[in-house]
Amino acid sequence: MTSRQQTAGRWPHWLHPAAVPKPLRGWVIPVLLLTLWWATFRFGWTSSQLFVPLSKVIDTGVRMAGSGELAHALGASLYRMVLGFVIGTAVGLAVGTALGVSRLLENLIGPTFHTLKQVSLFAWIPLISLWFGLGDLAKIAFLSLAAFFPVVLNTFEGIRSVPRAHLEVARVFAFNPWQVFARVVWPAALPSIFTGVYLALIYAWLATLGAEYLLTSGSGIGNLLVDGREHFWMDQVLLGVLVVGAVGFVLNWSASQLERRLLAWRGHSTAQF
Amino acid sequence: MPHAATLEIRGLSKQYQVKGETLPVLDNVSLSIKPGEFVSIVGASGCGKSTLLRLVIGLEDDYQGDILLDGHRIVGTSLERGIVFQEHRLFPWLTVEQNVGLGLLNADLGEARKRDAVREHIALVGLEGFERAYPYQLSGGMSQRVAIARALVNRPEVLLLDEPFGALDALTRAYLQQELQRIWAQEGITMILVTHDVEEAVYLGDRVVVMQPRPGRIKRIVDVPLPRPRDRGDYAFAAIKEDVLSEFSDHPRDELIAEPRERNAVEWQFSW
Ligand SMILES: Nc1ncnc2c1ncn2[C@@H]1O[C@H](COP(=O)(O)OP(=O)(O)OP(=O)(O)O)[C@@H](O)[C@H]1O
Ligand SMILES: [Mg+2]
Repeated sequence: MTSRQQTAGRWPHWLHPAAVPKPLRGWVIPVLLLTLWWATFRFGWTSSQLFVPLSKVIDTGVRMAGSGELAHALGASLYRMVLGFVIGTAVGLAVGTALGVSRLLENLIGPTFHTLKQVSLFAWIPLISLWFGLGDLAKIAFLSLAAFFPVVLNTFEGIRSVPRAHLEVARVFAFNPWQVFARVVWPAALPSIFTGVYLALIYAWLATLGAEYLLTSGSGIGNLLVDGREHFWMDQVLLGVLVVGAVGFVLNWSASQLERRLLAWRGHSTAQF
Repeated sequence: MPHAATLEIRGLSKQYQVKGETLPVLDNVSLSIKPGEFVSIVGASGCGKSTLLRLVIGLEDDYQGDILLDGHRIVGTSLERGIVFQEHRLFPWLTVEQNVGLGLLNADLGEARKRDAVREHIALVGLEGFERAYPYQLSGGMSQRVAIARALVNRPEVLLLDEPFGALDALTRAYLQQELQRIWAQEGITMILVTHDVEEAVYLGDRVVVMQPRPGRIKRIVDVPLPRPRDRGDYAFAAIKEDVLSEFSDHPRDELIAEPRERNAVEWQFSW
């Protein structure tokens, strides 16, 4: 309390961080940056070709949105992302659960899996492009792989670290194996599984861009960025960056909403924002 | 009214393996408990009281000697034997009423009867209004009361209680002691209560078993031939309490020995 009063004394009242209502504080830095960007051109602080005014980016955004170009690119990216995410997560949940529940499977598959997960994701790209070409199939395969690993690891970890104390309670009340799984193992592992799915979501989105960068065919937000860079269309590049950021933000936000509903019993949250 | 069972413990010994060494925890424990009897167990920390309860409930099957219920060797756990663990062990993802309901999950009752029983037992431990609360919203004592309700709700024949009132304030504790005694008398449940509170042991028990550590053994069994309800201020009560306490005086309390916890610490990381 005292330290806050002291800082409050040093800051002019309206500049003090506490002057901004809490839900809006996250917007302070973006707004400052945008203002700075706008001011850079408004007051002619630069004339570099590598930097364009905010207004031009907005114009480009409006133009590309109007022509359907933006929606088409975003749609293509999101379609692949969702598909890859769903496939990778579903397979990851199944494999992670199987590894967690069965010692036999862990001994059988575990070592191979642990070796494979050491391979950097991008190292799979040449192999994937040889097997699946450069089109959607290859990208979706790559995305699925990106989503798959975090889900398997966190599902396995969650299931293996179910507290023994809780399993003993289940034994005392004579739970059958299905009850043990559905009422103890699964809910106890859920926070960890959620972390895995959450990572998978982020990875899938990052990998979507990576795939579009490295498997350059078809359309997508990543292709928009590549095109913009090749033609020195800085407005398009910046627009792409903004859209990528916005999508990431929405994904993050949805994940935290989901977590709030699913894991209310923990009374706190792990998802960022 | 469940028919209470005779519990016969004969020559019971138990060891734990700690880092390749054998740690004797219980040594030749014998105790015969009549149907519907209330037995209190007191003893220094680490003398194997919780271990004894774990064996009787059926969570450990690696031991020497016999644990017989109505003459039959116990095999694993059973709904006829209930326990309040030393820690509350509530499921954090379930509300208070759902946690209590776990005790009836596999009971042979209709849904309506189950709901009533859950409500009654939440009221019994004084937690009306907290039915929908999650464990993280409860204090330690409240959590322990939920655990008591969870164990009582399906009315086992034998109920084991491991320091159930340890985290409670004096008033709540006295109230729950009375309620426990009422249920015990009414239902004829065989009860074994582990406690550090000698007065509680004497107040509730037909007999008080005093254990001593390293390895855990029964040092003495003190009868409490007092009629109920008992008066804590009564001279005879005080005399028995003194008698039990005197068993502790020559043995300074052993410090709590930290329980080793094994964890499978696999390196979990993956590359991007
Ligand atoms: N799973 C285990 N593995 C190894 N040693 C154990 C294990 N559980 C208990 N012990 C040991 O057995 C001894 C008895 O433990 P126990 O928990 O039964 O004591 P207690 O009488 O209940 O003590 P307290 O009053 O502190 O609860 C202790 O020395 C403890 O370290
Ligand atoms: Mg104990």
